[in-house]
Amino acid sequence: MESLTNTIHAVPLNHYILLSTIIFSIGVMGVLIRRNAIVIFMSVELMLNAVNLLLTAFSVYMGDASGQVFVFFIMALAAAEVAVGLAIIVMIYRNTNSIDINVLNRLKW
Amino acid sequence: MNTLIIISVLPIVLLYLGLYKATKALLPVTVIGLFAALGCAIASYSKPDVAQPIYHGMMLFNNFSVAFSAVTIIATILILMLSGGYFEKISRNVAEYYAIILFSLAGIIVMVSFNNLVMLFIGIEIMSVSLYILAGIKKSDFASNEAALKYFLMGAFSTGFLLFGITLIYGSSASFDLDVIRDWVVSHPHINPMFYTGIGLIIVGLCFKVGAAPFHFWTPDVYEGSPTLITAFMSTVVKTAGFAAFLRLFSACFAPLSDFWVPILLVITVLTLFIGNITALYQQSFKRMLAFSSISHAGYLLFAIVALGAGSANSVFIYATAYSIASIIAFGALILVQQQNGSDNFESFNGLAKKNPFLALVLTIAMLSLAGIPLTAGFIGKFFMFSGALAKYQVWLVIIAAVNAIISIFYYFRVIVAMYFRPVDRAEVTVPAYYKVVFVLSALATIIIGIYPDFIASFI
Repeated sequence: MESLTNTIHAVPLNHYILLSTIIFSIGVMGVLIRRNAIVIFMSVELMLNAVNLLLTAFSVYMGDASGQVFVFFIMALAAAEVAVGLAIIVMIYRNTNSIDINVLNRLKW
Repeated sequence: MNTLIIISVLPIVLLYLGLYKATKALLPVTVIGLFAALGCAIASYSKPDVAQPIYHGMMLFNNFSVAFSAVTIIATILILMLSGGYFEKISRNVAEYYAIILFSLAGIIVMVSFNNLVMLFIGIEIMSVSLYILAGIKKSDFASNEAALKYFLMGAFSTGFLLFGITLIYGSSASFDLDVIRDWVVSHPHINPMFYTGIGLIIVGLCFKVGAAPFHFWTPDVYEGSPTLITAFMSTVVKTAGFAAFLRLFSACFAPLSDFWVPILLVITVLTLFIGNITALYQQSFKRMLAFSSISHAGYLLFAIVALGAGSANSVFIYATAYSIASIIAFGALILVQQQNGSDNFESFNGLAKKNPFLALVLTIAMLSLAGIPLTAGFIGKFFMFSGALAKYQVWLVIIAAVNAIISIFYYFRVIVAMYFRPVDRAEVTVPAYYKVVFVLSALATIIIGIYPDFIASFI
């Protein structure tokens, strides 16, 4: 455990912030650009995991465990979201035989 | 805190009732349970406020929480009373719908009484995940499917922003606790840019959740596509809770930094008002008009946060109450007309006053209240909002809002004109007894708050 903390400390905090921001931005771009519902969904997960990484890094650098506990909450709620979200996507696929969000234009944007 | 426990246990009881096919008992048990929860909430009301954080500082059930719990629970009771026979048409398994609505309400109670950013996140997620399901309960209806997927993708997307903001604030202040963050803000006059970025991202996330422009684009589609009863729940209870959480976070934590975020919110408010009101003018569907009107009301509710002060909580409380009860009448009337005509256009209201004078009268009261005409609750809400903004010298904001209030009269009166001055031969709409009770209670509350605002004005 001690060595793990040292390993994390071996990289400066700014690099973690930069890395998480980049991963988060990739997720945001994915949501905005991609048209496939599952890929959009994966991009959202990417955003959440960027947050998880950053929280862990902060938590280690500050010697405060609550950040890591929050990561568990995020993981649990992300799992709940996946369950509901995939169910919705399956429901859409049954009705339209497609998961391209361009078919979702019956209601005006 | 018993409120939260009751509202969390009640859905499980309902699921068991559904398992043993006790469909008749569902609604009475729900309503009785919610009244018990309401009683527990009001019992913890104390003036002056002496509430202390509980559960290791995670929750704080103060008068603010009592007031907003009360208004959300009452609105939920009214909406559930409109649900008699509504869910049965969609599916045979009715208990799940009641249970999911109540789970969502449990999330809302957490949202209005959080004292830690972790609880804010958990509350919002419990509420949202339940709502994703509710938006899509008409499984073979394409509009409902589309609403569910859009709501889900946008909700998950905005949660990402909210979480990134929370993380950056944690990274600066080393805590999720609202009190510790506030002390940190006060003791660090030169705050690092990370904290500011965090506030910005939290604003983005919360504006998505409450449907404020420029993050409002999902709102009309989701509100139009969802089943009308669920739309009523989303646009009243959920919106109230979103603003309660928004206000609680900003007044507890970020009030000393108002120089940074007030200009941002000012732009958002003005955009929300104009986009909501002007787009509502062009709508042909009553339901979609109500969706845009809910965007514009989000603009008025943002006033309280822009002009943050001691009276903000009270103004949001009054405005949200007035808006919720008026919207419940509007959506109730819409459900009845939709069942008769199969359409939710303004034309389907033509000549309603001849055959259903009572329904037309309560709908008129609701529209007057939404438009903010004096002697209705909506006027009192707007009055408190505007006077709060004037106290902060936001004169231009109030002028813009007054212009918007005048624009809004135009589209609210379209339905009144359709009901009273467009005589068309039509069959009488049957109003079930449950609906009558809800309509009478809501219309009375609208008028009583409009004439005697004092009893509600100093609640918090």
